Amino acid sequence: MGNFSQLVYLVPLFPLIGFLINGLLWNKMPKTLAGIIGSAAILASFAVSLGIFFEVRNPSFQGPVIVNLFDFIQSGALRIPLAFQVDALSSLFLLIITGIGFLIHVYSTSYMHHDEGMVKYFAYLNLFVFSMLLLILGANYLVMFIGWEGVGLCSYLLIGFWFKKREYTNAAKKAFVMNRIGDLGFLVGMLLVLYNFGTLSYKELFTTLGSGMSTVPSSTITWITICFFIGATGKSAQIPLYTWLPDAMAGPTPVSALIHAATMVTAGIYMIARSGVMYSMAPLTLNIVAVVGLATALLAATIAIRQYDIKKVLAYSTVSQLGFMFLALGVGAYTTAVFHVMTHAFFKALMFLGSGSVIHAMDGEQDIRKMGGLGKKMRITSITFLIGCLAISGVPMFSGFFSKDAILTAAFAHNPILFALAVLAAMMTAFYMFRLYFLTFTGTFRGTHEQEHHLHESPIAMTAPLMILAILSIVGGYVGLPEVMSEHNLFNEYLAPVVKNFGEHHLSAGMEWALMGISTAASLTMIGVAYTMFRKPAFAESTGIAKILENKWYVDELYDSIIVRPIEALSGVLDRFVEKMGIDGIVNGVGKSVKWGGDRLRMLQTGQVGFYIFIMVLGMVALFTLSFFWVK
Amino acid sequence: MPVSSTHYLFLSLLLFSIGIMGTLMRRNAIIIFMCIELMLNAVNLLLVAFSKIYGDADAQLFVFFIMVVAAAEVAVGLAVIVMMYRKVHSVDINILNRLKH
Amino acid sequence: MDIYSILFWFLSAMAVGSALGVILSRNPVNSVMFLILTFFAISGHYILMNAQFLAVVNIIVYAGAIMVLFLFVIMLMNLNADVEPQKGMMIQLAGVISGGILFLVILMGITTAKSETIDPASTDIGLISNLGKVLFTKYVLPFEISSVLFLSAMIGAVVIGKKENVPASDKTEIV
Repeated sequence: MGNFSQLVYLVPLFPLIGFLINGLLWNKMPKTLAGIIGSAAILASFAVSLGIFFEVRNPSFQGPVIVNLFDFIQSGALRIPLAFQVDALSSLFLLIITGIGFLIHVYSTSYMHHDEGMVKYFAYLNLFVFSMLLLILGANYLVMFIGWEGVGLCSYLLIGFWFKKREYTNAAKKAFVMNRIGDLGFLVGMLLVLYNFGTLSYKELFTTLGSGMSTVPSSTITWITICFFIGATGKSAQIPLYTWLPDAMAGPTPVSALIHAATMVTAGIYMIARSGVMYSMAPLTLNIVAVVGLATALLAATIAIRQYDIKKVLAYSTVSQLGFMFLALGVGAYTTAVFHVMTHAFFKALMFLGSGSVIHAMDGEQDIRKMGGLGKKMRITSITFLIGCLAISGVPMFSGFFSKDAILTAAFAHNPILFALAVLAAMMTAFYMFRLYFLTFTGTFRGTHEQEHHLHESPIAMTAPLMILAILSIVGGYVGLPEVMSEHNLFNEYLAPVVKNFGEHHLSAGMEWALMGISTAASLTMIGVAYTMFRKPAFAESTGIAKILENKWYVDELYDSIIVRPIEALSGVLDRFVEKMGIDGIVNGVGKSVKWGGDRLRMLQTGQVGFYIFIMVLGMVALFTLSFFWVK
Repeated sequence: MPVSSTHYLFLSLLLFSIGIMGTLMRRNAIIIFMCIELMLNAVNLLLVAFSKIYGDADAQLFVFFIMVVAAAEVAVGLAVIVMMYRKVHSVDINILNRLKH
Repeated sequence: MDIYSILFWFLSAMAVGSALGVILSRNPVNSVMFLILTFFAISGHYILMNAQFLAVVNIIVYAGAIMVLFLFVIMLMNLNADVEPQKGMMIQLAGVISGGILFLVILMGITTAKSETIDPASTDIGLISNLGKVLFTKYVLPFEISSVLFLSAMIGAVVIGKKENVPASDKTEIV
């Protein structure tokens, strides 16, 4: 077995090189070549990641490998190296990011081929992957923070990729600002860690915490974890900072797939799973995480029920699924959360790419009211999309079933109320996903004749990733079979050296089977409901609660009126009184007094040499007086 | 009362002050220039006095160098004054108020 | 009152008196004459302090060369008392007062200085052989540099004192 973990720096290096090539030669590069370079860079990273994965998986692998590149910050006793950490958790994320990232790159070569900014697009995409890899691989919080900010920047660049449209750039700005709010929390948490523990390195920090030798009070740890969680809500789109993610649909569809599946939004989950040792010491924070996650899952699911934009539905479903993951984190089932990240990455990437294929075929149309019956024309897209829907809905034997079931079981062990609400959210998930599926792919076509004529299956570069992802969506769950089905949960065993679940539960086998039955029955029922409701769809003007849902609970409007407007009013006041009168007054006052003084002092300059000598003598007198009689 | 360093200090200071007064009182550039020479000589005198008191030859060499520099200065300064006289037919420094502009 | 003191007071009175003559006489030629007298008095002081070399140089360079140069210039310009520009009374008074203040201020400053009696006995540090040794050993570099200074001053004086600048195009005609 080669020593791949020492080569870990290659993983982020390849996308960086790809970014530099495409970014610096953006106006010279042919489109096709740019796509090949971008994809090849990620493929190379994927190959190295595979090597690392198998090395870590080998039983002879000893503990995390930390690769120090150079000292990033060195000040007094503080030493923060730019170091990468290879262990089970990071190697798993490496696979998800580079693997799915590669498929999305391949897909993009076809999807973006008609776009004039394709080279720029691939440069951004590579940079995005690079930042995410940096985030995952960092051996301390600072390196993670660099990646953390990097993905924020790249999401801004990519969401606002079609920057000529005003609303798109606004969406990009919104994503950036929301992320920045969360980043502040992360930064504060990081500084608190540095202040209290004197280190940012995971290894040192968790060793200190794990040994029970730390003298840091538990309230401080609670604050640190809350600050980190605020960072995670921004990046992983949880209440209250989730509103940017649905708006992030402004970017090209593969970007949405990348943001939602492989990168960016999983950062928060990764960070909390990584800091699991610390979170386990702060039960209060864990409860907050669980409640926020569940609330987000429910809220986003209700909104998704009444959305008509195909990408918006998927976006809210992502928010909802992320809520599930945070619920899992909150009940201490860190590995389960990571498991769901993985399966979710498969089927969400699949569905986003599938929706991209649909939008491609519909010539940019995203409203599902104008679709219908696409299944006949786009067989591959339709079937793969159906697999994705089945997976996310938790139908047995698909990957989503195992991960979601694991979350539900963990929630039940923690608190049955959490379980009940989570099942409700899961039911809604099944409902809105199949509403989407039936409206899009079955029934009769509701668009214009031109669109109908234009309908076609996408080229192979787009369908191949769909098929691969579909297979993964089916088989991806079998690595983490629940206890009642298999003695070995490969997934948990793999992560065990790094992530220790908090508050392990042991339910009886019968109980687990029962829970599984409940959630499966609920999902299947909702699929049936969706079938009857949307087989023959009718779009009436929505009223009452439906209208509220359609308007996303008016959350954007709420934020607008309680945060944005008051701030604008305050800045208006500050502008008028502090800026114009205060600061400008001081600045202009200084200018005016200097002008006035200069006007008077100008008189001294007579141009007469005699007068100058006179002044000089007076100055000498003054200096001598000072030096003889004053300065002792 | 034997002659002491205070006497020489006083004499030098008096000569120097007379030089200053002359510079301030007169408008003739040449006279002003001469007053500057007077001030230089006041300083020279003091240096020699201290050289005598402390038995050090260095001070006398400083005086020598001051003379050297003064000679050079006079050569250039007088050339400037001659030039100025050629332009404005006067050595009145009050005419030279171009510095104002 | 020994002979040294008598000579000191005489030369001092002569120096101050003729210095006052320099700044008070209206005729520039008289000013020059008074200044030469002042320099002679100062040279007398040098001899009194056994700085014979400086005394001689002072007379040759200052009283001889420099003052003659002044005299030449004054006569060249035909300056006399009639064309001598005069300042107003107030300005002259202000000059005297500020000069006086400077005098008083420095005087106050030096009253605290330690008084060292001057030994009238002759020393040989001011003799030419002694100074020459120091000048050509310790101060040889400044001495050489001062020669460069002289050269540049000479060139400067010539350049400044030349006749009106001739435009480049007319040069050939003059030559």
